[in-house]
Order: sequence, then structure tokens, then C-alpha cells
Amino acid sequence: MPRRTMIEAIRDAIDVSMARDERVIVYGEDVGFFGGVFRCTAGLQAKYGKSRCFDAPINESGIVGSAIGMAAYGLKPCVEIQFADYMYPAYDQLTQEAARLRYRSNGDFTCPIVVRMPTGGGIFGGQTHSQSPEALFTHVSGLKTVVPSNPHDAKGLLIAAIEDPDPVIFLEPKRLYNGPFDGHHDRPVTPWSKHELGEVADGHYTVPLGKAAIRRAGSAVTVLAYGTMVYVAQAAVEETGIDAEIIDLRTLLPLDLDAIVASVKKTGRCVVVHEATLTSGFGAELSALVQENCFYHLEAPVARVTGWDTPYPHAQEWDYFPGPARVGRALLETMGA
Amino acid sequence: MVMTSGMLRFHVPEPEVRPGGTPDFSNVPIPKAGSVPRPDIDVDPRTIRDMAFSIIRVLNRTGEAVGPWAGLLTDEELLEGLRHMMTLRSFDARMQMAQRQGKTSFYMQHLGEEAVSCAFRKALAPGDMNFPTYRQAGLLIADGYPMVTMMNQIYSNEADPLKGRQLPIMYSSKEHGFFSISGNLATQYIQAVGWAMASAISNDSKIAAAWIGDGSTAESDFHSALVFASTYKAPVILNVVNNQWAISTFQGIARGGSGTFAARGLGFGIPALRVDGNDYLAVHAVAKWAAERARQNLGPTLIEYVTYRAGAHSSSDDPSAYRPKTESDAWPLGDPVMRLKNHLIQRGVWSDERHAQAEAEILETVIAAQKEAEGHGTLHAGGKPSTREMFEGVFAEMPPHLRRQRQQAGV
Repeated sequence: MPRRTMIEAIRDAIDVSMARDERVIVYGEDVGFFGGVFRCTAGLQAKYGKSRCFDAPINESGIVGSAIGMAAYGLKPCVEIQFADYMYPAYDQLTQEAARLRYRSNGDFTCPIVVRMPTGGGIFGGQTHSQSPEALFTHVSGLKTVVPSNPHDAKGLLIAAIEDPDPVIFLEPKRLYNGPFDGHHDRPVTPWSKHELGEVADGHYTVPLGKAAIRRAGSAVTVLAYGTMVYVAQAAVEETGIDAEIIDLRTLLPLDLDAIVASVKKTGRCVVVHEATLTSGFGAELSALVQENCFYHLEAPVARVTGWDTPYPHAQEWDYFPGPARVGRALLETMGA
Repeated sequence: MVMTSGMLRFHVPEPEVRPGGTPDFSNVPIPKAGSVPRPDIDVDPRTIRDMAFSIIRVLNRTGEAVGPWAGLLTDEELLEGLRHMMTLRSFDARMQMAQRQGKTSFYMQHLGEEAVSCAFRKALAPGDMNFPTYRQAGLLIADGYPMVTMMNQIYSNEADPLKGRQLPIMYSSKEHGFFSISGNLATQYIQAVGWAMASAISNDSKIAAAWIGDGSTAESDFHSALVFASTYKAPVILNVVNNQWAISTFQGIARGGSGTFAARGLGFGIPALRVDGNDYLAVHAVAKWAAERARQNLGPTLIEYVTYRAGAHSSSDDPSAYRPKTESDAWPLGDPVMRLKNHLIQRGVWSDERHAQAEAEILETVIAAQKEAEGHGTLHAGGKPSTREMFEGVFAEMPPHLRRQRQQAGV
């Protein structure tokens, strides 16, 4: 099976979707001729023409707002916001329009759009190239929120998102674009070509939205993670030797609660890990759900390892980013060690 | 060179008159009917820049249709247009009263602006899509959308097509080319452009119409829409209804010291026309011109409708707190219903008697519709949408967490 980077997998997902359905339209800033600042749309304009893949003005509200109009017409726009940090001008359109259109019109109009956004830190991106705003989407009724962690899932989830009848926020951890990253910034990064999840089948396949994946089966503690933190958690587990079960959530909403509850009921302990800031982050929702659904099985408080409640700094990158050492400490504490 | 003291002073625009003052519109220049030329639809926008500063008018003081924009509509079409405007006015009055009687929570009238949406609708073709604000219900009335259904929505009753989820007057009808109304101002302006882009991408022949009020042009989505419409030459008509007021805020707060709202289009290379919004014939003729331009792939047009919000902003508003009570009487462009009525009398196809009779007939129709709607319930009495409906339609398929919540709610 061919191996692809996450960038190539995303590009392939869009390519497959555009070939299968001529209603799929792709645009965003630098997305057309140039093929995207991360190359995720490279070659698509040449292949499908300027009517299907084109450059947009630097106007996030305009990109999402026009996509909503296109969806109301009957197309399936898959648009890009260059960095998740720059989605805020489009937040009104995403939360009040895209998310509500089906509900408020009782299905008279719908909004099958995908909004792709590179997300996450670990790249010295500073304050506006590192944010993880997923909680700002999961809090909005009517939006689906997806975060892949590897090329195989990225392709399958993106095709599923494009085919989904509802608006999907597709957050791509840019730290994982070229290879997995476990937080050990002092070590060389291995490319996806050396990783089994870099195997990406040709052609059409989907990974269903709303289904988590168990990345490591274990019995001592459940780790809930997504995106880059899946690999950080794996490193922390290897380094502490704790027999943890690592669940890659993949979709934050709808959430695979059954998988979470089954695992925590088995292990009796839970550590939630995300890059985003702590307070009112998605980890708070996960922690509350575990507490509500697994209270009598819990043998320790649910722990959260997250970014600090500060803007994402530049020079202090590795003091901010929740790396394997911090995750490892939380695992040990949760085990009562 | 002008010398200043070196001390800056902050500028906040004020309307000419406040409550207690004498209304004064002498600062609003009104060109003579028939005086603005009618360019070809493929005109170079740069050559008609002056149209963004004039006002296209067809009906003159004596009710005659004059000039190059006249002559598009038959007697029958004009009589139908008059009926639509009278129906909207009567509908408004009844629904405003229903709100006062506690049958619904909220209403917004169109008083004085009936020509804008009623005449515009007649310039579109089946399949075209409007992206209206909350003050274009004439688009529905003029397209034959059932009044009873509108009232069912206003009453949030068991027959409400939107299942009680939406605030009154936030209608939605794909079938009638009326996009779902949102409470968030200006959002639909860029969506209209996207819809038009989609039509062009699909090599279709349908066009979109975007709607916005004078106040909301200050929202950033107005800018987004103009940029996208201009960049992609989208087949869209960009309508600005300048009714002089955004709740309590006079239009100068949104417009600043610039010439007109129409002039906003010029910087984007979009042809911009200004039209007498109380002149049914002028509104229709200008809309037709813009629709034809869009359909011929010649790109967007921006139209500013110069009108006056004669009623309160909404059922929750009292305009006497911020503008003279008699200001609407002083509005130099008059009343759209009276002006079309006079024109039809002048044409010899209408009379005061027939007008009074039509008014009574329309009122009867509206009351009958109201009775039927109230038979399905009002906000606080009678049939109402099921609580189960509250959980439906958030997504195409109900996800597990909503199923759990619906169960918790006991429905």
C-alpha cells in the first residue's frame, strides 16, 4: 500500500472527492494556483479547473459565508482557513449561520460544507500560528468537529466529512503534516513513510465520523487524546511503563462516548490530554462525561494535561506544549505512584 | 493653510432634527422624475458613476410615468403590484395588532417600504434566490406565498413550518426563492454572493439577490460581499434599503461623510444605481435592469433604494424617543401605495372607490387568513409544535448525545 504524508493524504482525499462529485468545490487563500501554503491542494486547480479550485480574497468571513451560500444552492464546498488562529472573523458565519441553517429553516436549507483549518502548536508558531480552538466549535450545536492524527485517518475522515450532510470543522494538526511527533523536539522527526499509519490506500474509502480508535490497548489507565497528543501519550506510556489504553478520539463531536466509557470502566482511571488551554477546554467536557458515566468505577480523580491558560508563547514553546514528561507525571500520579 | 489650535475634536454625526423639532429633508436632493438616463446593461461602470449620486424616478408629482425607465409594466401588472403592497400593509397592521394582543411575542412592519420588496420580486424569474433581511416580506406576498403560513410562523403554532424554532417573521421558503432569515445582520449578504457564484460555477442561469439595510452596511460582511461579488463577477443584485434609520440611529452613523450607500459599490467597480424606493415602477425597472445584467453574465449591480421607515423599528421600539413624530409625513418621496394608486387613477384604470373597495376586500382576506392561522394556535394558546421538534434538525441525523438529552427532557 502506498505511504503518504498527511499533506498528501489530505490532498488525495480532496482529489478523490472532486473526481467523484462535481459539486465539491475547493477554495481559500492561496489554495488555487499555488496549491496552498501547506501544499494540501497542490495540482487540484490544474486538474479540475479554476471553477472548482480557486484562490479567495483574504477574508475568512467571506470564504465561509460564500460557502454557506454555495451549499444552499446545492454544491459541497470544502474551504480552507489558512490557520485555525485566523478563523475568528468567520466565527459568526460558522456558529450563527452554518451551524443553525438546517435547524432554523427546518431542513428547507442545509449546509454540507467542510472548513479545513491547520491547527495546533509545536512548530514555534507563536500566538497566531499555534492555537487549538476546538472547544469553540464543540460548544456550538450544529457543528461537527474532527481532528485526525495520521494520514490514513486524515484521508478517510476528510472524505467522510465532505460527504456528510452537515457542516464539519476539520482541524489538521500541522505538526503532524510531515510525520508523527511525540513532543521530543530534541530528536529527529521520522517521516510518515516509516510509520504504518502512513499507509494510505488509493481511491475512495471513509473513516466514519463519531468513532474513536484505540491506539494502544491497556488495562491500567485510559488516556483520552487527539491530534498530536496521541503520539505524546504513546511516548509517555513507553517511558513510564504504565499499561495505559490510549484512545484517539478522532471526532470530538459527535463523540464516541461508548468507547470512552467502556475503556474507563475497564481501567478505572482516566487522563485527558490536549494542547488547547485548560479552562473550559474540551478536556473539561471529557472529564465531566467520564465522571458522570463512570463514577462508581473511578479509582482516582480524572486528570487533565493541557496547554497553560496563556496565549501560545514563542520562546517558551516547550514549556507550554504538554510534552511526554508532563503527561508521564500525570499518568504516574493517577496511578498513585 | 488652515491653522488649528492643535487640540483635536471628536466628531459624532447627528440627524438634522430630533423629537420636538420640525422635520427637514431639504438636505435630500430629489431629482425630477424621468431625468436619469437608462444605460445599456453592458455599460462600462466607470461611465455611470454619477448614477450612484442621483435618484432614478419614474412617477412624477402628478402621477404620470415619465422618462427612459417607464413603460415596462402593463395595467394588469401594476394593479397586481398595488394589491401586493396593500396586502402587505394590511397584513402588517393585523400582525402588529396581534402582537399587542399578546398572540405573538414580536413583529416588524414594512410601513412605507412596501414598493421595494413587492416590485423587486416581479423582476426575478422562477428559481432565482433572495437572501432577505427581516423587512422584505413583500417578496413572499408578491410571489403568492400563503399568508396563513406566514401567520403560522409568526404565531409559532402547530402548523408553523419552522416548528416553533424561530423568532416571528424569520420566514424561510426555498420554493419561493426566499432564503432562511437569520437574526444576525448582514450575514446573508455574502451568502447571496456565494449562491450566485455557485450558479455560475454550475453554468446555470439563475441569479441571486442580496438584501441589507442602511445600518447593516457597516457590518464587515457587507464588505466581504462586495469584494467577492466584484472579484468573481457573481450574478447577484446587491440591494441596500436605505430607510434612513437603523433602530434609533440615523443613516449618517453608518454612512459617515461619504456621498451615498450606492457609492460604496464604485470602489469595487460594481455599477451602482440609486432609485426612488417609494416608486413601484422605478424599483421594478431598476431591478429588471440589474437582473438582466446578472443573467447576461455581466456581473453584480448595487442598488440603493431611497425610502423611509415610516413605522417603528419593531413592536419593541418607540421612535418618538429619537425622531419627530411627523417626520414620515415630511418625507419627500411620499407613500408608495398612494403614489401607485394615483398613477393608476391617472391611467384611467383605478378610482378612489375601487381603492376603498379593494382595501376592504384585502382586509377581509387577511382577517380570514388570521382566523385560520389562529385555529392552529397562537404563541400562548392552542396548538403548539411538539417539544420533540426542539431536538430535531440540529443535524441530519440525531447524534447520541442529543438522543440522550431528548430522553432526559421526557419527550
